[in-house]
Amino acid sequence: MTHPGEHLLKLSGVSKHFGGLAALSGVSLHIKRGEIYGLIGPNGAGKTTLFNILTGLYQLDGGSFSFAGTSFSCCKPHLLAQAGIARTFQNIRLFPNMTALENIMVGRHLRTHSGIWAALTRHAAARREEREIAQRALELLRYVGIHRHSHTLAKNLSYGEQRRLEIARALATEPKLLALDEPAAGMNATETESLRVLLQTIRNSGVTVLLIEHDVKLIMGLCDRVAVLDYGKKIAEGVPAEVRNDPAVIAAYIGGGT
Amino acid sequence: MRNVPDFLRPNKRNAWLAFVALGLLLLVLPFATDALLGRGWVRIVDFALLYIMLALGLNIVVGYAGLLDLGYVAFFAVGAYTYALLGSPQFGLHLPFWIVLPIGATLACIFGALLGAPTLKLRGDYLAIVTLGFGEIIRIFLNNLNAPLNITNGPQGISQIDAIRVAEFSLGRSQELFGITLPSVHLHYYLFLALTLLVIFISLRLQDSRIGRAWMAIREDEVAASAMGINTRNIKLLAFAMGATFGGVAGGLFAGFQGFVSPESFSLMESIMILCMVVLGGMGNIGGVVLGGVLLVVLPEALRNGAGPVQQVLFGKTLIDPESLRMLLFGVALIVVMLWRPAGLWPSSQRQRELEAHDGEAQQEQDTVYDASR
Repeated sequence: MTHPGEHLLKLSGVSKHFGGLAALSGVSLHIKRGEIYGLIGPNGAGKTTLFNILTGLYQLDGGSFSFAGTSFSCCKPHLLAQAGIARTFQNIRLFPNMTALENIMVGRHLRTHSGIWAALTRHAAARREEREIAQRALELLRYVGIHRHSHTLAKNLSYGEQRRLEIARALATEPKLLALDEPAAGMNATETESLRVLLQTIRNSGVTVLLIEHDVKLIMGLCDRVAVLDYGKKIAEGVPAEVRNDPAVIAAYIGGGT
Repeated sequence: MRNVPDFLRPNKRNAWLAFVALGLLLLVLPFATDALLGRGWVRIVDFALLYIMLALGLNIVVGYAGLLDLGYVAFFAVGAYTYALLGSPQFGLHLPFWIVLPIGATLACIFGALLGAPTLKLRGDYLAIVTLGFGEIIRIFLNNLNAPLNITNGPQGISQIDAIRVAEFSLGRSQELFGITLPSVHLHYYLFLALTLLVIFISLRLQDSRIGRAWMAIREDEVAASAMGINTRNIKLLAFAMGATFGGVAGGLFAGFQGFVSPESFSLMESIMILCMVVLGGMGNIGGVVLGGVLLVVLPEALRNGAGPVQQVLFGKTLIDPESLRMLLFGVALIVVMLWRPAGLWPSSQRQRELEAHDGEAQQEQDTVYDASR
């Protein structure tokens, strides 16, 4: 099913404004299957707005995007999750009073079907599904390395563990595209390094990764391609080494030129 | 947990023993109450069971899905009036209760979804205000639907409602069973107990299910829940509908038990009482909600009956009217509980399990987090 190099996500002329402020104006880019794609830019450049559009939290004002061959112009969050886009949030949004395991089990909601009747009768198929949900959740906890804390409430996990749990929860929805909003924010060097390894593993398992990040070292070491946003416009795109030396990018970051 | 004697430690055998003991206790409760406190108290116990059902229904909406509903009593009213209209001289209809009760429950379920639909985008205080309005609308409708066409008989309410009856076996009068004479209140007790147990069973099963987790996810973070692929609209409507159904059942039973309904029984104060049961007992925890229901029905009655005599003994005369003292003490009790146990008297077991698993260390950590969040 996976054709390497084929476009998984394609944005054409995506625009979004809040009142008079153009958060995104005419952004076009495409992400290939199986790559790690970085999205960088100064604060307020529109990176998170783009994420919110991709995951249905915002409706776009102009343009369109297509994902895995289906075109979306306005869509509910759960339908985009259904289509295969999963995300994490810049300010971690776990379910704080649920255990780590339950957090991931919620992520399985989308790919399972038990309804009220199954819950009440707990017939054989329902029990089997429930077992599978728990098993898969445990696997994912192990995968991101926090299975020791399966019964800890999410709010009591350490910061790095919460980031990992959020990634595991997103993976539980079986995404084609995993969109991570500043996963390394607030992490120390060791934590960032183990995050890098984790993201590599995730990519190698066939999941495409879209990454917003400020940690330049992480972006350079990890991403196949990078796009730079500034004031809602894409000002550069390409392999990391190229983008780093792009005069427009340097100007945007230093804030010197026009 | 460390200082608990061995025979109180939870294990399988003790759990079974406790279960059997509890069962026996529930079985003889009406007789014991009757003998010790009088028949009036059996009636109060019956009401406690009705309120437990209501509180468990509201617990689905407020405790599980985190949707603050201040108009919950409306569903109680729908159930009660459905029963009253279909089983009383009002329209000359006398349908049997096993038909009327499901109709009432279904209607309440529909009303639950109807209320849910326009409030889907509202959260917290806004949702509370709209649901409060809905509750009042229902009550006012019931109050005014006596002209031009008399449907609800207005503020006078509907009386002479049929007793709950299966074939010739009526709960409305004493019955001889296995050589034991069971008065009407005892009969109602067993019916209410059975249905309360059913409601507890349903709540328990839902709690640990895919649907239950989806509710809790919405309670915890609606945006994250929708990003995880939960159709928040449907899942929220389901919570409203399920909660309302329980309310409808309790309403039907109330009408059959009481023999009389009037709009007065469905005031905002009732909604708030039910909400108090949920919050005071421990939101989201079935045991806590049951405890809250029992306390909030039994304590005010105890205060009402006890305040007068106690004052007589202490001061030789009744200084404060027991009725007003009741509300005063009730208010004080609420404040004290909320200050000392903000998560309710018996908070969710999730927390307990967590504390047991990590014992001291996690406790400390949790306290730090708790302190920081204040």
